[in-house]
Amino acid sequence: MENLLEINNVVKKYGDFTALNDVSLHIPKGSVFGLLGPNGAGKTSLIRIINQITMPDSGSIILDGEALAPHHTAQIGYLPEERGLYKSMKVGEQALYLAQLKGLSKSEAKKRLKYWFEKFDISAWWGKKIEELSKGMAQKVQFIVTVMHNPKLLIFDEPFSGFDPINAQLIAKEILQLRDEGATIIFSTHRMESVEEMCDEIALIDKSNKILDGKLDDIKREFRTHTFQVGLNTSNPKEVESALQSNFEVFPADFKLLGNELTLNVKLNKTDSANDLLSFLTSRGEVQHFVELIPSANDIFIQAVNKNN
Amino acid sequence: MSKLKLIIQREFITKVRNKSFIVMTFLSPLIMVGMGFLVYFLMQKNDEKVKKIVYVDNSGLFSKDDFKDTKTIHYTDYTALGIEETKKKVEAGNYYGALIIPKKDSLELLAKSIEFYSKDSPGMSVMNSIENKIERKLRNEKLNNFRIDIDKINASRIQSDIKMYNFSGEESSKLINGLKIGVGAIAGYFLMMFVMIYGTSVMRSVIEEKTSRIIEVIVSSVKPFQLMLGKIIGNASAGLLQFFIWGVILFILITVASSVFGVDVVEMQSSRVPAEQLEMAKQATGGGKGQLILQEILRLPILKIFVLFIFYFLGGYMLYSSLFAAVGAAVDNETDTQQFMLPIMLPLILGVYVGFATVINDPHGSIAVLFSHIPFTSPIVMLMRVPFGVSWYELAISMALLLVTFVFMVWLAAKIYRVGILMYGKKPTYKDLYKWLKYKG
Repeated sequence: MENLLEINNVVKKYGDFTALNDVSLHIPKGSVFGLLGPNGAGKTSLIRIINQITMPDSGSIILDGEALAPHHTAQIGYLPEERGLYKSMKVGEQALYLAQLKGLSKSEAKKRLKYWFEKFDISAWWGKKIEELSKGMAQKVQFIVTVMHNPKLLIFDEPFSGFDPINAQLIAKEILQLRDEGATIIFSTHRMESVEEMCDEIALIDKSNKILDGKLDDIKREFRTHTFQVGLNTSNPKEVESALQSNFEVFPADFKLLGNELTLNVKLNKTDSANDLLSFLTSRGEVQHFVELIPSANDIFIQAVNKNN
Repeated sequence: MSKLKLIIQREFITKVRNKSFIVMTFLSPLIMVGMGFLVYFLMQKNDEKVKKIVYVDNSGLFSKDDFKDTKTIHYTDYTALGIEETKKKVEAGNYYGALIIPKKDSLELLAKSIEFYSKDSPGMSVMNSIENKIERKLRNEKLNNFRIDIDKINASRIQSDIKMYNFSGEESSKLINGLKIGVGAIAGYFLMMFVMIYGTSVMRSVIEEKTSRIIEVIVSSVKPFQLMLGKIIGNASAGLLQFFIWGVILFILITVASSVFGVDVVEMQSSRVPAEQLEMAKQATGGGKGQLILQEILRLPILKIFVLFIFYFLGGYMLYSSLFAAVGAAVDNETDTQQFMLPIMLPLILGVYVGFATVINDPHGSIAVLFSHIPFTSPIVMLMRVPFGVSWYELAISMALLLVTFVFMVWLAAKIYRVGILMYGKKPTYKDLYKWLKYKG
């Protein structure tokens, strides 16, 4: 797949401190790309470089086949983690101002804002000052301001913070729709469940270095442990358990079922297949539950970061 | 529309719509004119009260002719009452004071032994007036003793009024010098106030963007340098607008006030000039002093002063407001600004002090010339010097230095600004600021 954004060997230093150490990322067109990492890992530094707020000390950045240049700011939309708007400025004027700074003409900006304000059902806020709005309301305005110039690349830093679950869902839906309409999205968050829901690819940055990247599915495959959750109805659980232990690695269950079945986590040996385990189980009783334990984004995050330390 | 233009427009509109701007713009001329009238009124009232002074003349030299009543001082001869009784009367509060002239053998001795008793300390002008009268009388007595005809002396007295010219053909007088000092001082002082008010306004606007966190959104669309420059220019435009409105309002108010109340505006302005000079000027032309002052004001290079005022205004403001912007970017809130404000305020205040201390005495003295070339004080000190005539090459050097320094300071401030606006938390030290200067892009 073609890449919208290519970050090649980027280094950024602040005095003696290295914020980014030779980081390279390739972000495919039309994907939701999860940029993950612990606090202070260097994510914000990288995002600021993509936004041309700061310049890298070395390395190159290619946006849609061109070296990143000042005129590209009109093709990027950025929702920073620390939100903010002019408090005493009116919503409409402010949105128009920010849209014009992104290169839209005044009339075009008005048209698009009208569309978004109607879509979010907030047209009544046009003449209000930001300081009169609640935090959630201001966040909606900020979201609109981020996306209204139809950028090729959208960067969302913790987009759901400050939203209630209903509005968070609304925003998530909008983000996915923007992707379907052709935008490429960089999505930085600490909420791993939303990474699972939304991201096609991820990269993990820790201590200024990229320690992991690729398609989320591939990474999960890489991190899979071939462990299965097993639930079995049997008359003799003790005997079945010890028989399992002699053939497989067995751990106590980390899940619950509704009945009184024998529940275990079973890890296959390298030579075994899932069918070997399944046929063993069916010969001993009635299989109620049989699911491969796929590592969550959360598990992968914790494992990878711990390993890096 | 270009981004810089958009930013200037927003800053200008935000500033001009601000309530405090509107109040300041429309109320302060009223306050200023009101204060002017109040001071004038109080001065009139103050002088109106007639001071009654009694004198006891034991020397027998003085007569009522020597103590002629003036508008504000009335003299009464209490010689018959005696010293003790007179003192008692004055102490009782009926009179302003008692002048006691004893009998002495020589005029010299007499001159040193005259006494004045009063309940409260007497005013300077009263004492000067009495001393003048006594000195004149005693001098005449002495001339008499030398058998010199007083009338001849008086007839021989001749008044000289040296007309001063410079080589550009400008005529000057002591009066016009006073006016020049006044115009220069007001211009210089105004400039300092403007730089401080609008500089801090730029700083506040930077801090607001930082604390509201919108800064990161803005700098993802525009360069920090553009934002800083837009802010500075936007605020300066608001300032110029304010001045323009003030000018118009003042003009209208003064015209209306002087015709309605019949107050001679020109006379009010003249109260700054020492009375002696006015007297001389009056004799020189024979016309009314109001008319004279008007003539003299019109002889000042008003257009030149105005143009230079605008130039130094903008130059000085740009220089300082870029520093204010850098300070605003370095801190998180206004209370943290103080440690950085002092070094900015210091040269401004120094400029005003140096101006007042040196230019008035000698507008072309070496200190005045030096400080009118140092870019941090030149806008103030040079403005004070301009009414006295400054050669074009001095002006050119001073202006060029100001421009070069302004460009350099904006560049320097932008480096701090660029880093500072994205830094939160710890209050930075000067060492931190120095480090920021060295950060790349």
